[in-house]
Amino acid sequence: MTRHIGLIPTVVITHTEPFHVSKAIATLDYASTGRAGVRVRVSLAQHEAAHFGRRSFPERAQADRAWPTSAELIAGTFDEAADYVEVLRRLWDSWEDDAEIRDAVTGRFVDRQRLHYIDFAGRWFSVKGPSITPRPPQGQPVVSALGHAPVAYQLIAGSTDIGFVTPRDADDAAHIVAEIRAAQVQAGRAGDPVGVFGDLVVFLGPDSAAAARRKARLDELAGAVYASDAKVFTGTAGELADLLLEWQEAGLSGFRLRPGAIPDDLEGITRDLVPELQRRGAFRREYEAPTLRGLLGLPRPASRYAIA
Amino acid sequence: MTKPLKQIHLAAHFPGVNNTTVWSDPQSGSHIEFSSFAHLARTAERARFDFLFLAEGLRLREQNGKIYDLDVVGRPDTFTVLAALAAVTDHLGLAGTINSTFNEPYEVARQFATLDHLSGGRAAWNVVTSWDAFTGENFRRGGFLPQDQRYERARTFLHTTWELFDSWPGDEIVADKGTGIFLADPGAGHFEHRDAHFDIAGQFSVPRSPQGRPVIFQAGDSDEGREFAASSADAIFSRHGTLAEGQAFYADVKGRLGRYGRTPDQLLILPAATFVLADTDEQAADLAQEVRLQQVSGATAIALLEQLWNRDLSGYDPDGPLPPVDPDVGEHTVARGRASVRMHRDPLATAREWRAKADAEQLSIRQLIVAVTGRQSFVGSPATIAADINNLVQADASDGFILVPHITPGGLDEFADKVVPLLQERGVFRTEYEGTTLRENLGLGPLTAASGLSRAGLASTG
Repeated sequence: MTRHIGLIPTVVITHTEPFHVSKAIATLDYASTGRAGVRVRVSLAQHEAAHFGRRSFPERAQADRAWPTSAELIAGTFDEAADYVEVLRRLWDSWEDDAEIRDAVTGRFVDRQRLHYIDFAGRWFSVKGPSITPRPPQGQPVVSALGHAPVAYQLIAGSTDIGFVTPRDADDAAHIVAEIRAAQVQAGRAGDPVGVFGDLVVFLGPDSAAAARRKARLDELAGAVYASDAKVFTGTAGELADLLLEWQEAGLSGFRLRPGAIPDDLEGITRDLVPELQRRGAFRREYEAPTLRGLLGLPRPASRYAIA
Repeated sequence: MTKPLKQIHLAAHFPGVNNTTVWSDPQSGSHIEFSSFAHLARTAERARFDFLFLAEGLRLREQNGKIYDLDVVGRPDTFTVLAALAAVTDHLGLAGTINSTFNEPYEVARQFATLDHLSGGRAAWNVVTSWDAFTGENFRRGGFLPQDQRYERARTFLHTTWELFDSWPGDEIVADKGTGIFLADPGAGHFEHRDAHFDIAGQFSVPRSPQGRPVIFQAGDSDEGREFAASSADAIFSRHGTLAEGQAFYADVKGRLGRYGRTPDQLLILPAATFVLADTDEQAADLAQEVRLQQVSGATAIALLEQLWNRDLSGYDPDGPLPPVDPDVGEHTVARGRASVRMHRDPLATAREWRAKADAEQLSIRQLIVAVTGRQSFVGSPATIAADINNLVQADASDGFILVPHITPGGLDEFADKVVPLLQERGVFRTEYEGTTLRENLGLGPLTAASGLSRAGLASTG
């Protein structure tokens, strides 16, 4: 059992029920005493749609992003993701923090004035509410999304607390951050803290050549050169620390490191990279807050339905 | 020659969102925080119980158009709680009620197969269905299902998840580093299912779990429900806990097994049961009356009366006589999201009985409701309760009980400490778990092929 680390499962919004997912994440927040988040993902993959049999997408939508129908479907599915996050958030707020009163005198367990129908009605679904699960410890668990293109940056800017992005280099990182900040202004969230985390695939070694040799050996075993949506880094922990600090300088708030091979690169990150960053004064030595929001510097918001 | 003693099965039901649960007691803790679930689970496991059971309801109940506020309100997500409990227990079965109307087979199969992996073979699924548009308002499809199709969908839903579970026979993963071969059969997980309710195909993503599929519970009482249980369920969560009713139900359902080629030990009958325990029988009787008064406040008495009367009775004094008007026998409009109102099959007849009893015994509304609803199943000293439980099981009124404590989360502690050792002394309850999976601990044989699905009928929730 872990005690401090945040837990962020991925949820495909295209085929799941926001009501179920909202209470599942709220419950993860209770079970972890305030460490839950969720990453929302859209899916236009027909092989995934066929598992549910409720919708279908043309095969070409996945393969050919330049096809006009693809752009339309992608825009629609990201709009649906924004609606989905709105429903998650409303349901988390649908119980005010002090709704459970246990008033023995009147026999009332809850004050129903502090429970709220969310009455969401959108193009894809309607949800009445309130949630069956009370407001979670963090109030609003952390919402995140991975993005590679403007349509996703708009979702990140308009709906999430953290965006995961895949810059090629420091300039690209600065450009993406600027794009998300501009989209925040457009979405009316200029003042809201939205973290932008850079994704990197990491192959570490005692020296640069050894790290490159490790990756080459794995490529050879796999029979293909490993490719990723994120930049693939090979090098030493010190070189990786240099890169992270450079990208941080370009505007990124943090990083999501994807170990190239488990457990070697995860151990390399925790054994070599972390102390290196700590020596440079760039990474915590102790957890500074008991909740994931706290670790990310996010305040605990009041319920949108609470009367101030 | 005497009949060999039957072994008793016991389970713990996390206290529910009805008036059985006494939330006003100073001992009453959170119904939401994980520590409460962990407490009950650890108590149940310490006492060598078979499993912990979670109920479910997917919309907050309403009465007279407002959220019902007199009972515990709210509960956490079933799968998330059971997955977390798998990490803090080693032997206890983990049973969840999951609705077949507002879910999809692929998702539910993935979640149960995952729970079975996480727990090392301890997952169980109480399959229920609902059709009401009221609950549907929380979901994408709304109240899409006509009432008369809900059994049909539930049956097909269950059948479809079995196809998904069975899509991995269990020996495909070789993960051979030398040859680079991970799967012996690259087609593992392939499925294709088409019928009136589901048109799905693809590759199921969870390899075969320790139990193959979760233990299946059924909670319906109709003829269809009993037939389904006889054909395909592993256990019935029944309502018939008394000697005569229990024996009749037990004989009826077990008598149906033969036509599916099954033996009586392949289907367990486990009624829900409440208890009030004290040092002596006399103290327990006093305490039981006290608990009944906590369970039925004046406001709760009126609310329960409204559920039978199907009228707004908020103007009546709970300490006064019954209303002179009769129940409204039209469509039930007072209480929503509550399956129990459908159990009043003939409201006028029940009201006549209640009125006669109230007149004869000079009872107020509250006194009447205390007398006619929810008396505890077992009341007494540890020795009395142990004897009562054992007698019912040995007399074939049940195979054990699903115990519903009225206090969260400590309501089972005393039972575990005082009653269980007496059952163990009698040689009718395990002192150590027999197996590693829930199926093994329930004494169910190895999985057999799905059979009799065409006549399945399932319980409804609300």
